[in-house]
Amino acid sequence: MSEDSFTIENRLRIRFPKAVLKVKSFKGEQTIYIDKDSIVAVSQFLRDDEGLDFDFLTDLCGVDTTSLDKGNSYEIVYHLYSIKKNHRVRLKVKISTSNPVVESVTGIWKTADWHEREAYDMFGITFEGHPNLVRILTPDGFEGHPLRKDYPLKGRQPNSLRDVYRKEGR
Amino acid sequence: MTETQQVMTINMGPQHPSTHGVLRLVLDLDGETVVRVTPHIGYLHRGVEKLAEHKTYHQFITLTDRLDYLAPLSNNLGYLLAVEKLLGVEIPKRAQYIRVLLCELTRISSHLLWFATHALDLGAMTAFFYCFREREMINDLFEMVSGARMNLSYFRIGGVAKDLPEGFLEKTRDFVNIFPSKLKDYETLLSKNKIWLLRTKDIGVISAEDAINYGLSGPSIRGSGVKWDVRKAEPYSSYDEFDFIVPVGQSGDVYDRYVVRVEEMRQSNEIVRQAIDSLPNDNHMTDALNLAPPPKEELKSSMESLIHHFKIVTEGICPPAGEVYASIEAPKGELGYYIVSDGTDKPYRVKIRPPSFVNLEALEKLVVGRLFADVVAIIGSLDIVLGEIDR
Repeated sequence: MSEDSFTIENRLRIRFPKAVLKVKSFKGEQTIYIDKDSIVAVSQFLRDDEGLDFDFLTDLCGVDTTSLDKGNSYEIVYHLYSIKKNHRVRLKVKISTSNPVVESVTGIWKTADWHEREAYDMFGITFEGHPNLVRILTPDGFEGHPLRKDYPLKGRQPNSLRDVYRKEGR
Repeated sequence: MTETQQVMTINMGPQHPSTHGVLRLVLDLDGETVVRVTPHIGYLHRGVEKLAEHKTYHQFITLTDRLDYLAPLSNNLGYLLAVEKLLGVEIPKRAQYIRVLLCELTRISSHLLWFATHALDLGAMTAFFYCFREREMINDLFEMVSGARMNLSYFRIGGVAKDLPEGFLEKTRDFVNIFPSKLKDYETLLSKNKIWLLRTKDIGVISAEDAINYGLSGPSIRGSGVKWDVRKAEPYSSYDEFDFIVPVGQSGDVYDRYVVRVEEMRQSNEIVRQAIDSLPNDNHMTDALNLAPPPKEELKSSMESLIHHFKIVTEGICPPAGEVYASIEAPKGELGYYIVSDGTDKPYRVKIRPPSFVNLEALEKLVVGRLFADVVAIIGSLDIVLGEIDR
């Protein structure tokens, strides 16, 4: 496993010397921080490179790290897996809370579609190039993004949902 | 002759028995052919991931039961493996085997319910009664072990809540012995049934390549011939010590997914048998001091135990800061938990990767161009549970 993670890191560093910002290892899992603008190119490379072969996007999610490191950024976390090679890697992209925009990876893994919609719904992260970026889990008329740390547990919807539906004439 | 195309939009669900919960589909039909499908999900959204950030690590276990409520123990296990990875704790062999035993019973139970409802959706009534008869036996076993029949919450950080009750193994063995013959009965109902074959063969076909690209997992991807099972690829909880086969299909249609699940039940049954036969005799709970509460009877006699108990209850379990991802082969596919810890007694972020959510995403690929009646067959063959899709 460690040999594997070494090659993943090395190959990425050789191919994208500027895009790899930081590499972390914790409990045998490797996390590679990628520059926000190169995530699509890096993903494409990881999927198509024969030695790495990350054909399976296991999961994609947002994390609001504002209370974790006192910064003002969100993280988008990509969990990649290779069915043929049986190895995993975690990619991370940091984006600022004031402009949470990142390019979509739906063109590389179709499964990213709903995951990105969920991240949009929960964190308000916009994925550029996504075919249908609309809310997925919360109801129509919902305001705010519930998994952000500044969103209270009790919720804060201005109208009851009944009003929302009445307003839209349903 | 002029050709007219009239697209009609119809609504299916959320209160429709064959959508397996509160799934709503908006279907555009040309005659009986599906032109477009838009799934609407979220009717069961309870904000579990938000709640997780406000619960301690132990408290969250009970919420995981309510994700895939047909396989509660698999959800417990997925979450606990992530927490235990974070804590770096070693689980005693007996606890691992008990977990495997119960998770495989859960898989059988979940697949039985799938078999029953999938057959019912396509008009085969008898299978429903047969399957529920055997599922009842498993529920009785669950009741013996945890007192509950559905939301068991029997696993704990570091092991299981208590040791297996007396008589449990004998009763499980009875089940294991009769189940293969029951499984044969089910198969006589459907496997070579002409109507069943017509309704499932070459319906909802997805190629291996597409299945991977759409992120399918579990029986849904194995039906397309991808031999990938988390239990084999990245063995957890001592799965490498068990002998079983990973069945795969060939054509990736509804029928192949059916065959894979039926065979999986047989394999699970054998795993349960192996677990009973070779159940180790060590503890059901780790003895790591910061995790396991001391035995109740010691609290009255030993000061240390009392303090120890008090500290666990008041301070909770605080794993080191960091992040882990752990996944298991749940009955529906790869169930993953991604936990970010900030070093306190509550998780900073929990992301659940529910297999049904991802599997349902491929629905459009599967149904477009097929007949409306096939939609029901295809949803059934994906085996979705809205509890974990909506979270």
